[in-house]
Order: sequence, then C-alpha cells, then structure tokens
Amino acid sequence: MITITVNGQQHQVDADPNMPLLWVIRDIIGLTGTKYGCGAAQCGACTVHMNGEAIRSCVTKISRAAGQQIVTIEGLSVDNDHPLQQAWYEMNVPQCGYCQSGQLMSAAVLLRENPHPTDQDIDDAMSGNICRCGTYQRIRAAIHKAADMQREGAKI
Amino acid sequence: METNAISRRNFLRVSGLAGTALCLGFYFPANAKKEELISTTDQSGFDFNAWIRIDTNGKVTLTDHRAEMGQGSYQSVPQIIAEELEVDLKDINVIFAQGNPTKFGSQITGGSSTIRGSYKKLLKLSATAREMLITAAANQWSVPANDCYAESGHVIHKPSGKKLNYGELVTDASKLTAPAEVKLKEISKYKLIRKPLARMDTPMKTNGEVIFGLDKKLPGMLYAVVERNPRLRGKLKSFDSSATLKVLGVKQVFKVQMFVFNTTRDGVVVIADSTWAAMQGRKALRVEWDDTGFEHVNTAGIYKAHEELLKKQEGLSFKKQGEPSQILEKAGKKIDVIYQTPYQMHAAMEPLNCVAHYQKDKIEIWGPIQAPDWVQGDISTKFKLPKESVIVNMTFLGGGFGRKAFLDYTQEAVEISKQIAAPVQVVWSREDDITQGPYRAGISYRGEGSIENGEISALKFKMAGQNIDHWNTTKRDKPNDSTTEGFLKPYFDSIKNISFADVPYEMPLPNMWWRSVYASTNGFAYESFMNEMAALAGQDQLDFRRKYLKDERCQQLIDKMEAVSGWKNRKKNEGYGVAITECFETTVGQVVKVSRHADGKVKIDKVWAVMDCGWYVNPDIIKAQVEGSVVMGLGAATIHEITFKDGLVEQKNFYDYLMPRMSDIPPVEVYIMENTADAGGVGEPGLPPFAPALTDAIFDLTGKRIRKLPFNLNAV
Repeated sequence: MITITVNGQQHQVDADPNMPLLWVIRDIIGLTGTKYGCGAAQCGACTVHMNGEAIRSCVTKISRAAGQQIVTIEGLSVDNDHPLQQAWYEMNVPQCGYCQSGQLMSAAVLLRENPHPTDQDIDDAMSGNICRCGTYQRIRAAIHKAADMQREGAKI
Repeated sequence: METNAISRRNFLRVSGLAGTALCLGFYFPANAKKEELISTTDQSGFDFNAWIRIDTNGKVTLTDHRAEMGQGSYQSVPQIIAEELEVDLKDINVIFAQGNPTKFGSQITGGSSTIRGSYKKLLKLSATAREMLITAAANQWSVPANDCYAESGHVIHKPSGKKLNYGELVTDASKLTAPAEVKLKEISKYKLIRKPLARMDTPMKTNGEVIFGLDKKLPGMLYAVVERNPRLRGKLKSFDSSATLKVLGVKQVFKVQMFVFNTTRDGVVVIADSTWAAMQGRKALRVEWDDTGFEHVNTAGIYKAHEELLKKQEGLSFKKQGEPSQILEKAGKKIDVIYQTPYQMHAAMEPLNCVAHYQKDKIEIWGPIQAPDWVQGDISTKFKLPKESVIVNMTFLGGGFGRKAFLDYTQEAVEISKQIAAPVQVVWSREDDITQGPYRAGISYRGEGSIENGEISALKFKMAGQNIDHWNTTKRDKPNDSTTEGFLKPYFDSIKNISFADVPYEMPLPNMWWRSVYASTNGFAYESFMNEMAALAGQDQLDFRRKYLKDERCQQLIDKMEAVSGWKNRKKNEGYGVAITECFETTVGQVVKVSRHADGKVKIDKVWAVMDCGWYVNPDIIKAQVEGSVVMGLGAATIHEITFKDGLVEQKNFYDYLMPRMSDIPPVEVYIMENTADAGGVGEPGLPPFAPALTDAIFDLTGKRIRKLPFNLNAV
C-alpha cells in the first residue's frame, strides 16, 4: 500500500511501485483530467503539481509520489475560477482541449513564480507542452491576461 | 417513444401524438430522394432522434450530430439552432448524437463539412419549431400569431405583454402540423450567428470534467494494448506469452486481427486490469512476425520512383484545356521544376482508443470517433448484426485530423471485446499511433510553364504519389479525384492552355486523408509554381494572380490581403511571400513575412491570413481554426516528416516526430471576408497556403527557391 495525497485527499493505493503516477491517478483513483499523450515526458499532457512543482506524471513512479502533495487539474480551483481558467474561457483558448489540463498546470506554476511574465518567460515555461491544435498564440495571450487579472486582485 | 409520420405535401411529415416533449429532426428515409421533416413525441425519457428536444419543464436539449474534435461543432451547431429557435445558449443542454445516418444524414466529420453540409437544414428546422411554438401560444390566447414573437425560450404576445415559456407550449405544439414554409432571419438580424461567442465546452476543458474517449470507463471494463505487426499485411508467425502472463494484473493474451482497408494486420493483444499492467505485459511479449512478400521500401526510393514517373510518363489526364504540351515545346521563356512533399502522421494529442462492449444481440462502443455512421455500418457488416443493434457513441475527441474517421481501431476493439466477453478499452500508445499510420501520402509534382508577353502561355502539372481511393477499389485507370484540389477554380476561366494529370504510384504503405487532404500537398506545388511563374514574368505575385483570378470574391480577397499586410508598401526583398488556395468551398490567402535575425537565423515575423468561407457562424472559432492550421502547416513544412527504412517507419514518438512548440510559432492575424455566399469549410482550408507563402517569403529574402518539404528553417 502506498499513500498519496491528491487534491488534498489521501488515497491508499495498492499498485506496482513502478506504476507511473499518471496511471494511478487515471485508472485507480479515477481522476481522468490528467492526460496520457506520449508516456515519455515529451508532450506535457500529463502535467500535475507535486509539492507545487510541475512534473510529468507519465514518468514519475508512484513510489516517488508517496507521501507527497499532488494537485491535478481537478484541484486547480474549486469553481473554475483560477485566473487562468477565466482567461482560457474569455479568450476561447481550447480547441480539442486534450492538452489543456497540462498547459494550465504548467502555466499555474509559471504565474505563481513570476507574476509578470514576458513572452520569453512564457515560451520558456511552456515549451514542454505540445498543442497539436496549435492554440499557442492564445495560450500566451491568456497567460498575460491572467497575470493582469491576478494583479487586479483575482484570487489565485 | 413513438414516431408517427403523416404525409403532407410531398416532403413534409409531422406527427400529431399527445406527449410531453417536442422533438424535431430531419428524417432521411433510405430510399427517399428528399429529406423529410418529422416531429416525434414521447411520454418520458430521452430521444436521440432529433436535433431539438423541448421538455414540458422547459428544458431545451440540442444535439450535435457531428464530432467535436476541436473545430467547434459543439458550439457552432447549437449556435445556429438557438438563433432561429430563439433560445439562450446559457439555458440549453447539448448532447452528441449516436451514429444514425437515417436520422441525421451524413455524420462524417471530414471535408470541413459540418456547417456547410448542415446549416440550411438546421436553420429551417429551428425556425419551424419556433413557428409551431408561436402558433400554439396564439391558439391558447386566441390571438393572431402575427401579434406574437419568440425570444429567450418564451412566446410573447406583443400587444398585451403576456408570455409563456416553451415548456408550457410543447404539448400543444406537438399536436400541430408543421408549417410547410418558414421565414428565416436576415443576416443583419442575427443575435448569435456571426458573433464571436465563447465556446460552451471551454469550462469543462479547463477543469478536467470533459470526457474524451480515453476517459470513458464502464463497470467491469478491462484494458487492452496490442502489439501489432509493424508492417501492413504482415502476419504473425508465433508468440510466447509466458513472461507476460506473470505480470501483475495481466489476464489474457491472444492473437487478434485488425482490418486495414481491404487487408489485415496481425497483432497480439494483452488484456489486463489497468492500462499500465497491459503495457508492462506487452513489453514482456516475445513475438515473431512473418514478413514474407512484404516490400522493403525506403523513403529515398519512393521519391526517386516519383521523379522517374514524372519524367517518363504523361499519366492519366484529369483536366485539360488547350494544348499546353505543344506550346511548352516551342516556348522560349519557361520553367520545369519538381516539388516534393513528405509523408505525415496526424499525431492527435489523444492517441487512438476505443471502448467496446460486445453482447450477444447488441454491440455498444464509445470513443473518439469522427464518423459514427460509418462505424455503425462497418461493425454491423463485420459482426453480422442489424444496424439498430450497433450503438456508436461519440465522446469528445482529443484531435482527429482525419485519423479518427478510419475504421480499424473500432473494429479491433469490438473483436477483442467479443473474444473476452467483457467490456474493454483498447489503448494505443503514442508509438502505436506514429508507427502504424495510415499516413498522409508524400506526393511529388512536376510543374511546367511558359510565359509569353508577360502572360501565362501554358501551364502543365503532374502529380505522382499514392491515391487513397486505390485502397478500396481495383480500378487503377482513373486519375486521383483530388488532382486539382487546392487550385483555385477561377484560374480555369482565364488560363487557356492548362493541364493536370496524375501518374499513379502503387505502394503498400497505408495512407489516407490528413487535414485538408490532397490540398495540403497540392497547394504547396501549385501555388509555389504560380509564384515562380510571376517571377519569370517579372511581376508582383499578387498583381500576377489578379489577372487570372477575375472572380469578384478573389479580387476582394486579394484587396484584403494587400491592405492588412501592407503588401504594396513592402520594400524589395524584405521577405514577403504569398499564396492562395481553395478547398472545401473556401478560399484562403496568406501573406508571410520573414527576416534574418541577429543570430543569423531566418525567423517568421508575421502571418496574415484572409479566409473567404461565405456564410459563417462563429468568427472567433474560425480565427482559431486558421491560427491552428498555420501551426500544423508550419510543423509539416519545417519540423517533422514520416520516413521509411526497410518498410518500417523510422519515427516513434514526439522525440523524433517533433512538433512545433510555443517558441516556434509566429503571430498570426486572421481576417474573414464578409459576404452572403453559401458556407464553405473552416477546419481545413487554412492549412494549404502556409507552406508556399513561407517558401515564397524565403525566396524574396534570400533568392533561394525551396521545392522540397520539410526544410530546416534554421539552416536557410
């Protein structure tokens, strides 16, 4: 049994210690917002937070996540009211939406660490997340918008 | 649920049954020439037989009959219906249709056809429902219907201000005969259509709630992964599953066959209680393949063969006006060049997957499916069940680009469920996705053209490459249907001597449609060639095109391209390029600007795109589609390609089939032409003009013509 905390809730997981966190979250805990895209830390669709840092859950063994604080897209906000979620809505960012959980989780760390990101900062922080629909231009604009909203006092 | 149709006029049918809900849908009887309108009523429960359902409690449910794979049908179909039905989008519920061509007509989400193929019907259907609700209210109040109007899910009596909500009117409305004719709104009166509304699927796509195929779970469902022969038509010689069966969670291992076109691909399936366990079990498999009779091709050989064909054969004529060959023979000022385009994979972010539950007298499947009607027909035939017993559910799709309109993965999932007698989710790895195909075929082109007195005196194009249609037919004597796809039709009105031919090239590599299909490769060759012809004539590329694209819409499109990009104010060799292509009834022109930066590398500074798609629904979704098409076009032109060695695909995952990243993309500005012409497609036509406009810009800056894709932008 391995104990992990996902979105503030403790789970006792009976799984192969080598099983990646991604599959534990999806197939065992049943939170499907975190996506499988490549299984090789190439696309970022599986991005979650471990103790506040963005990690690729597809290559993170469950044994490494034991006892750590994991946050998935389902835990990014209570009411879809994170500035990034609001900006994503206002700017019609998602197309198919499959990569957007990972995009948002990467962007959330960026915005917490750097409340005034430049285009270059955004490119650097987001370059690990692939979007095949090509929503990059809107993601970049929405991160700027969320940064503005955050400055204006929206909760984060 | 009952459907009772009463003949009226020659095409309209309506039911007059008492009930609690009014559903309206077009009905497509198998043998009827014209679609017919029916309404159905029921006492309770859900009915997928219609686009519109209104319950007595006022709940409005609209059906999206096409797949939502990013292109926005989940927003645009309801946006059309709500306009004429007079309901607020915030008050409605949207569901996906199940596969049912009898009820919905074609459901294939391809050819950029969702809006252009449905909008007139949807407008009429919605206006009809609205008029029936108005009549029901007028009857209740005993007032003339002309004194009533509909707004926000209510019918209002103008003189008195009395109002009733739709729910209160449904029972009465369902007893009425549908009007034979209804008046549709004028474009200037639209409240929803043509407005850049926020997409209704965004909230669920930003909090993890949305259900893609891979997120679908059923009670008792098992997971499956398949080790498939890497070669099409490859057979299984033997396998050893002893190590696999020792992996924790693995339940079963057996041989499975997947149909790919008219052939099969052998595989060994591992069934387990989690995706991970199945993947681990697969790693432990020992499999021997039988590749006898397989052609061991490589990429260099394919393009060498194309070139030989283009040099030696005239091919099958697709279209010919005048005598271009004779003129070219005698012409003094002429060019004769070859263009090459690569094989590509769709690589949608959501790898293929399908949940199937085979039962004795019923098969139900869920998945990211672009063509639920095709899947229903295919499964019905292969598993010998009537169509009504094959239930095909579309989930949201994590991208499609054509791959998820193919029928191999759904059939394979049903076969596996049948063998294990349990519901199963078959999961493709990224490596499976990239190595199995089918691919967009790489095509080579030969362009020959001559200029006399500053005018095109002859133009001759030939293409050589695999033809998708050849997978399903033994007829090889017809040229590719899409030989001129991408090329603007008005050129044929003004270029007197012109010909297009297809030189068939057979190769056992699985290939099929990919976003914008043959326009994605044709567009590069034909529009690059137009730019080369303009240069040969010593003329500005857009002025040159103006002379041949006399159609008013084309002239306006060119005006717009010039205006937004500052085309006429550009300096000589400043790095501007241009291309215009047409596919799926939509024309898109793009201007690309490049420059050499301080690090010595050529970068794309800006893309201006102008789309003329006629009648349209949501301008912001259209802009997003074009922005995304440019990114996909950029990847295909400069970043990735599928190559073959010894008959095997050399790429496996995103580490060797690289994708454009945020830092690679140029700013894209999109403009939509305003007119009232019939709707054209939106999801695909933005892609083809990008590559030829980019290479034209590079020529302007560097003097170097790029005729082979992909090319390394960093090495220009």
